[in-house]
Amino acid sequence: MKAVYIKIIVFIAALLPLLWLGYGALNGGLGANPIETITRSLGDWALRFLLITLTVTPLRRLSGWRWPMRLRRMLGLYTFFYALLHLSSYIVLDQFFYWPEIWADIIKRPYITIGMVSFLLLIPLAVTSTNKWMRRLGRNWLRLHKLVYPIAIGAVAHNLMLVKVLSVEPLLYAGILLVLLVARVKIPTQQCFT
Amino acid sequence: MLIKKLNDIKPSEITSESVYAERRRFLGMAAAGTALLTTGGLLLPQREVIAATSSRSLGAFKKSPFSTSEKLNALEDITGYTNFYEFGTGKGDPAKYAHKLKTDPWSVTIEGEAEITGKFNLEDILKPHPLEERIYRLRCVEAWSMVIPWVGFPLADLIKRFKPTSKAKYVEFVTLHDPKQMPGQRRPILDWPYREGLRMDEAMNPLTLLAVGLYGKEMPKQNGAPLRLVVPWKYGFKSIKSIVAIRFSETIPQSTWNRSNPREYGFYSNVNPTVDHPRWSQKRERRIGEFLKRETLPFNGYAEQVAQLYRGMDLKKHF
Repeated sequence: MKAVYIKIIVFIAALLPLLWLGYGALNGGLGANPIETITRSLGDWALRFLLITLTVTPLRRLSGWRWPMRLRRMLGLYTFFYALLHLSSYIVLDQFFYWPEIWADIIKRPYITIGMVSFLLLIPLAVTSTNKWMRRLGRNWLRLHKLVYPIAIGAVAHNLMLVKVLSVEPLLYAGILLVLLVARVKIPTQQCFT
Repeated sequence: MLIKKLNDIKPSEITSESVYAERRRFLGMAAAGTALLTTGGLLLPQREVIAATSSRSLGAFKKSPFSTSEKLNALEDITGYTNFYEFGTGKGDPAKYAHKLKTDPWSVTIEGEAEITGKFNLEDILKPHPLEERIYRLRCVEAWSMVIPWVGFPLADLIKRFKPTSKAKYVEFVTLHDPKQMPGQRRPILDWPYREGLRMDEAMNPLTLLAVGLYGKEMPKQNGAPLRLVVPWKYGFKSIKSIVAIRFSETIPQSTWNRSNPREYGFYSNVNPTVDHPRWSQKRERRIGEFLKRETLPFNGYAEQVAQLYRGMDLKKHF
């Protein structure tokens, strides 16, 4: 299959969670607390896209395939897209611009502090994702985009600290991230870097 | 008079569980055939026959002056959005898995500092208590709330029957522990079985309810059938579900959440907008079904009835 088709398919597939939420919101299919469902689901998808983005490089190194690299920028931008919607849902739907409480949350609740910092760090990565910025930054572009690692750790921690008792899903994400980080150390770059 | 009745029951006279189960099985068959239903009706009081048939209505009950006139939450929200970790940590898990719970037969152990103790069939526990409807606000520590029409009776009425001694300063409640029926208990996310406790005066407060139903029907399993506590001025997790033991004690019992995370969950857990939970602001809450959050009231709006219980206490320390 041509790379461009894969790209189109992934582009559409990545919109499905949002379409599902929109459909559910219109049909009362989001349960008793739809605002919670929306905020949680958008956050889950931001984290999932972040982890998927981080599998691109190890996958390339292991398989030698080139096509995953062509999806990396789009997947990274979808991470930002869902993270932005997640934050918007919290500010608009959950708190409805009640700034005193939003501010108190960011200051006082470590999981929100960490989530917020992770989001802020995503912004420069999204902004500098264009070819123009890649050229302009040169070697520094790679250096800057290493920020994705603290962001990923922050996102996983944000998710883990949210639950009242240790649950399977947040631990699973933490495990996946660990594997992805270890893979970067264990699989030498030059092995498949052609 | 009611107490006397209970006194008259010798331990040997209490139906053993196997005989009881046999009887229920027979009753199930009786309910299937009209001819046998009459026989079943002769063996057991009317209410139990009703419980054994598909009709799950609780019949007549009186209204209560303690009920709020606020708009009720829909039954499907009350039964579909629940925290009952014994069946999983998702809000929808209890509705999915609670059918595995066998609530009939059910027995409750009364133990500790009381004159009358022992293991009693639920029917014997419930028999003397006329049921009433109590429409209460329920405020979860996760900052959401509902209005729920419970059916039950005051816990105080039950406590009096068992004659707690002067040493009884606290009441502890224990939920069923059976991972076969409660699949969430297979994982050690909490120190099973679930336990909760009240100070004696809190337990005796007229607002404190033992509930056996909601919306006029038998309690749905995911909401804590067959017997649960409802303490409307405390966060929802204090209202322990599917109770199998009630223990009177001289010392303060340790609740499950307090044991799990003492920094976040204290013994009292009164609804208090001025004391933040580390992860949720308690200033406001979302009433399920509403968009904008509303201000949370001290003691969940029941200050008039219960604030005097805590006079002189530093509620920031005793959270």
